[in-house]
This record gives sequence, C-alpha cells and structure tokens, in this order.
Amino acid sequence: MASTVGVIFSSTNDENVPELTKVRSKGSIPYGGRYRLVDFALSCMVNSGITTVGMITKNNYQSLMDHLGSGKEWDLARKEGGLILLPPYSDESEMLYRNRLEGLKGASAFLKKCKEDFVVVADSDAVYKLDYRKVIDQHIKTNADLTLVYHEHEGGDINSYIMLDTDSNGQIISIDVNQRASGVRKHYINVFVARTSYLLNLIQTSIARGYSSFSGDILVPAAKTGNIYGYKYEGYYQNVDSLQSYFKANMDLLDKKIRTELFADRDIYTKVNDAAPAKFSETAKVSNSLIHDGCLIEGTVENCVLFRGVKVGKGAVLKNCIIMSENYIGDNCKLSYVVSDKDVAIRNGVTLAGCAQKPYFINKGMHI
Amino acid sequence: MLRKKECVAMLLAGGQGSRLYALTSNIAKPAVCFGAKYRIIDFPLSNCINSGIDTVGVLTQYQPLILNEYVGNGQPWDLDRTFGGVHILSPYEAKTDTSWYKGTANAIYQNIRFMKMYDPEYVLILSGDHIYKMDYDKMLAAHKATGADCTIACMQVPMKEASRFGILNTNPDGSIYEFEEKPKQPKSDLASMGIYIFTASKLFKYLELDEKDPNSEKDFGKNVLPAMLNAGEKMYSYRFEGYWKDVGTISSLWEANMDLLGDVPKFDLRDTERVIHSRSPLAPPAYVEGKVVNSMIANGCDIEGTVINSVVGTNCVIEKGAEVKDCVLMGNTVVKAGAKVNYSIIDEDVTIGKKAVIGDVIEKASLVESKTSGIAVLGRGICIGDGKEVAAGDIVDKNI
Repeated sequence: MASTVGVIFSSTNDENVPELTKVRSKGSIPYGGRYRLVDFALSCMVNSGITTVGMITKNNYQSLMDHLGSGKEWDLARKEGGLILLPPYSDESEMLYRNRLEGLKGASAFLKKCKEDFVVVADSDAVYKLDYRKVIDQHIKTNADLTLVYHEHEGGDINSYIMLDTDSNGQIISIDVNQRASGVRKHYINVFVARTSYLLNLIQTSIARGYSSFSGDILVPAAKTGNIYGYKYEGYYQNVDSLQSYFKANMDLLDKKIRTELFADRDIYTKVNDAAPAKFSETAKVSNSLIHDGCLIEGTVENCVLFRGVKVGKGAVLKNCIIMSENYIGDNCKLSYVVSDKDVAIRNGVTLAGCAQKPYFINKGMHI
Repeated sequence: MLRKKECVAMLLAGGQGSRLYALTSNIAKPAVCFGAKYRIIDFPLSNCINSGIDTVGVLTQYQPLILNEYVGNGQPWDLDRTFGGVHILSPYEAKTDTSWYKGTANAIYQNIRFMKMYDPEYVLILSGDHIYKMDYDKMLAAHKATGADCTIACMQVPMKEASRFGILNTNPDGSIYEFEEKPKQPKSDLASMGIYIFTASKLFKYLELDEKDPNSEKDFGKNVLPAMLNAGEKMYSYRFEGYWKDVGTISSLWEANMDLLGDVPKFDLRDTERVIHSRSPLAPPAYVEGKVVNSMIANGCDIEGTVINSVVGTNCVIEKGAEVKDCVLMGNTVVKAGAKVNYSIIDEDVTIGKKAVIGDVIEKASLVESKTSGIAVLGRGICIGDGKEVAAGDIVDKNI
C-alpha cells in the first residue's frame, strides 16, 4: 500500500466524560473487559500496514504511557519508526495546545521527518474497526486534498458534532460544526487522510493566518471551495462522549454480532497482563456477560462486563454493570447499572443502583 | 568489567513424553498446555525469572516447532535480555562428532560452551515436565551455605510411590550418602525433583568424565550423580515443601489441572506473589451465557452450554446444549450443540460434532482399564463427526 504514517490524538473532548477522564486521557479509558479506547485506532493503523505512529498527548497521560509502553504489543517497538509519543512542550510550542490545529502543529516536526507520502489522523474516542488502506485508496482515486471518514447514525445530546453532506461522487459540499444532530446524519468520526506534504503545508499556512479551529476555519471553508471528500465507514461505530454512551459501548459487546465484528479476527491489540484464568465457584451463576482472566466469581452476574481480577462474593448479584479491573465486590452486594472504576472495594451487603440513562459511577480506588 | 552471570539455568526440554500419547505426537512435552492458558514450560521459566535467574538455555530435540515458537525471544517472561535471556539450544552439527542429544548429561555436555559464555559460578539444571512454584534463589543460598558441589531438590512422596523416583538417602545434616534411581525397595521417601544446582567447575569436570566413559548412558540420575558421589564430592539434598507435580502421564496431567479448582485449590495460580507468566493470547474476555460451575475459563471462550468441574483453555466454544464435565480443554476447541464430553483431555484445535459423546461419566470411566485410567484423550487438531462416540479411556489421534 501507499506509505502511510499515523497520528493519533489521545485526548479529545475529555471534558465530556469527566468521571472517566479524571485520572486518565480519553484514549486510555478502559473498555470491553480488557481494552483501552486507543487500542482501536492504534490496532486499525497497525492492521492497515502502518508502522510509524505519532501519539499526541495532552493532559494526565501517565496511564496512557503505562498502557502503551514501548508499543511492543502493537509490534510498534521498532528501530525504524514505531510508536512515538508527542507530548506537549516538546517542540517549538511554548504552551499546552488549545485546539486541534495547535496539536497538529506540535506534531509537524515529527511529520517533517517522516518519509511516508500519506498521513492518517485519528482520535481515540471511539470503538470501530476500519481499514485505513481503503480510505487511502479512495483518497488517491478521487485526488482529494483531504478525505474525511464519516459514519451515518443518529446524534446524541452533545453539541460538538461535525456533520457532512456529500454529493453523489462523495465530494463534501457542506459541513455543519457544533450542531445538535437530529435524525440520522453523516457524522465525521475525526479520522482524516491527507498527503503528508499537503497537511504540513495546511498547518503552516493556517497558523500563519491566525486560524484557531481545524473544523471551523479549515474544514467548513474547504467544503465550499476546496477539494475534500467523504469516506463512508459502514461498520460498527460507537464513540464515547458521555457516561451513557460509554455504558452503551460496553453493553454492545454482549451482542454476538458486534463482538464478532470487532474481535473474531483477534486483531485488536492491547497491553497483556498475566492474570490467571477466571474461576467460577460452585455458587457461580453467570449469564450474558464478559468475564476476563483473573476474575473469581462466587455470586450471580447478569449482563455485565467484568475486567481483569474482579472478585464477586457469595450471594452478590450484579446486573447490567461494568466493573473495571481489581474490584472487590463483597458478599450479598446488590449492584445494578453500576460503572465502577478500577481498584474499588465494596463491602458485604451494599446495595447500589443506577439506570441505563444514568449509571451509578464509582470513582477509582473508592472503598464503599 | 568482565560480564558474567552468577547462575545459569539449563532447562531439559527435549523429552518426547511418550506416556502422554496423542498429546505429544507432534509437540514436545514442555509445550503441552496446562491450566487453561499456560504451557508446562511457563512454570520453570517463570520460576527462573522470579528467582532472579535471567539466563536460561532451553535444550530441545523432539518436535521443537511449537516450543520454539512459544519461547520465542523470551519476552513474556522478561527473558529478552541484552546479556543473557532465554536461548533455544538444539543439537547442532560440529566439525567432528555431530550427534543428537544422547541423554540428559550429554545434552548439557554439548552446550558447555554456551554456559561458559556467562562464566557462571553455578549451574541450575531443570526439567520441563513439572508443575510447581519454587524460589531457586533459596536453593542456591542453601547450596552456598553447605559448600556443596551439587545440591538436589527433593520432596517427600508416599512410600508406595517412591520406587517411581530417584531416591535420596541422606544423613541428618541433609548430605547425601546414597542415590538410587527408581529402587525396587526404597530406603527413604525423599524423591529427587530433577532440579540440581552444581558448582559450575565440578559440573564441567564430571560431564567431561562421563562423556569419555563408554559404558555411561549419559544420564544425570544414572551416571553423573552416582559418579560424583563415588568420587566423594559434597552432595546435599534441599527439601522443598509445596505443590509439585510431575505431569508425565495422562492421569497426572488431568489431576494437576483439577488441583487448580475448588475454593481452596491445592495449587493456586491466582497467588500474585509469584506470578506465572505466559505468552497470553490476544483474545477478548470470555463470554458466558450458560452454566459454569467449579471451573476455570480462559479469555476468548464463548460458553453457551454447561461446564462443570473443568478447565477450559483460551478460545474454546461450548455451544448451547453441550455439556462438558470433569474435563481439560486445552484451547481453540469447539464443542457443538448437544455434545456430551465427560472425563476427557481434549488437545488444542479439536472440533467435537453435534451430539457426539466423548468419554463416560467419571464414576464409570474411572473403573475402565486403560493406559489413561479411563480418561478419553483427543489429539491435536482432530475432528469428531456429528453423533460419533469415543469410549472412556480411548486415545484418538485421527478424525472420526
């Protein structure tokens, strides 16, 4: 395929999910029993033949760095290229970037060094599986300046969507920024492709002109006058822009069709942890749930996603819960619609309940 | 500064494991799956790194493909070192006297140059067919404290089983005065665990002597250890207390897997003190919809049937209405709807057809006279057709 470099934003709109991003960036939000959100964009890049990925970090990225390590789990611990962290203050930038454009400017020194002809820029705020090679193929075929990937779905309650309209050839004719979506629309999923030289030039001229918004100052005008195309991604897509959508994204995995689409090929890579296999006791009752290695189940678990090393005590009943790693759920607890962050301990007999629209959230490390 | 390693480990992994029958028809015994997500070799390799030994030679000979691929560069055990680390040592062609490894002692002898690269004070000899957690560093400390030339790890076994082992007869201070390989009339119940620490210079000396002896079978237990004892070298026993199991037979392999189950298992893999590392496969968490009781389930499984008293390895699928009881499923196995699998060991990549019946309930099967004590065994990669039957105690290594 055409030589391509990847750039990933590990923090975007973190403030939409304050609960989960208090101790981490968007990309390192734990997901699906063993993954982090960033695994999807990163694995897709690797599976698309990309061997050089720059990771733009912003705030509290310690947990992200811990997760990514040298990049070896993604085969990105390399002499040539590989995973390269692009933390703030590392380049000519004297302050923390305030918007996507400044973030890209911070990455431009990295991009200048890359010999690859094309660049894929992606966020790490969503679960999807996309072959970027197809986007690049279309990009070459249409001879576009930019190709934006979109997915058709109904919007949620957030005001930060970017929606596209395309003509019959796929060329983008208008872009709506920061609007509430009504009905099914073509949502830009914050993945775009460009020639590396084009993007570098674009960043430079935009900064010189004092632009501050990638979408507002570049995409919107370009839709009117420029040469930008949409690429329609038709697979599973769920972004995490609220606790509610986080809950849904996890629960979606209990659907065999979605699970198969994402994981049947076993090519979503993630950090490996050597936990012993899950143990189910004589009293275990488990239905429609995902159970990771390291769990010890002595109670009842229904419609749940349990991360590594969760202990569920005797007589405890968990329904519709997402329990992150190393949680201890005491005997006879009753939990329903609970999202529990890592390292939480809940004493025997505690009852906690939320609802699908508003799951009950427990902060990392809490003792209840 | 001259770089050296105080202690180098040599892991004997070349054995065929013929008493595991179909399970080792095309892989070496140390590569046999254990405990849902491990292979036997994970235990000695993890023990090494957990004991501070980061230089390990793995001696392979029989069917090494899967073993070599599994060990790889040693990264899962943190044994990918710039100096040291894990090295696969297979027999090689030499200018003169090219040969296969002729016995345990000859295998180590042929790799003296490897050991000497690290200029070690001590050499730890391990075998790749035991399940246990052990701190070799403590044993090394004992070896230094006694000033021994060779220290042999041992443990008490039931007297009636003692004749299956190499037996150590010791003085009260732990020094060994006699070594008997599989004696008919054992004088003690202290069995050698096949784990030796040698002072390196003595090991090299006696390996060279043994190599020159035309009557030697080139075996540690039969030749090298008795020769050292006869020459009056200081040999000590090192008592190990804890779980240790030889998994060289179908029934012991089954038992060792079952020892992982229960509220207070005989062998606890969940103990985070000394983690057993493995090449953890890339799989999502297990999906469980059926009935799973007193069992161990690895990642990547899809369980919609019933699993009772079983160890189920990575990426197994148990379809609706299928029943698995008192079984060891090593991984990547599909048990189709309505199939019944009892008291069996199923190797990797097996497909069991709809309504097939494998083995018999443990109460009846364990009475069956067979090489496997009634356990049905399905070999790697085979396919059992819909509705087909495999009787208790049968070993199957081709499609039915």
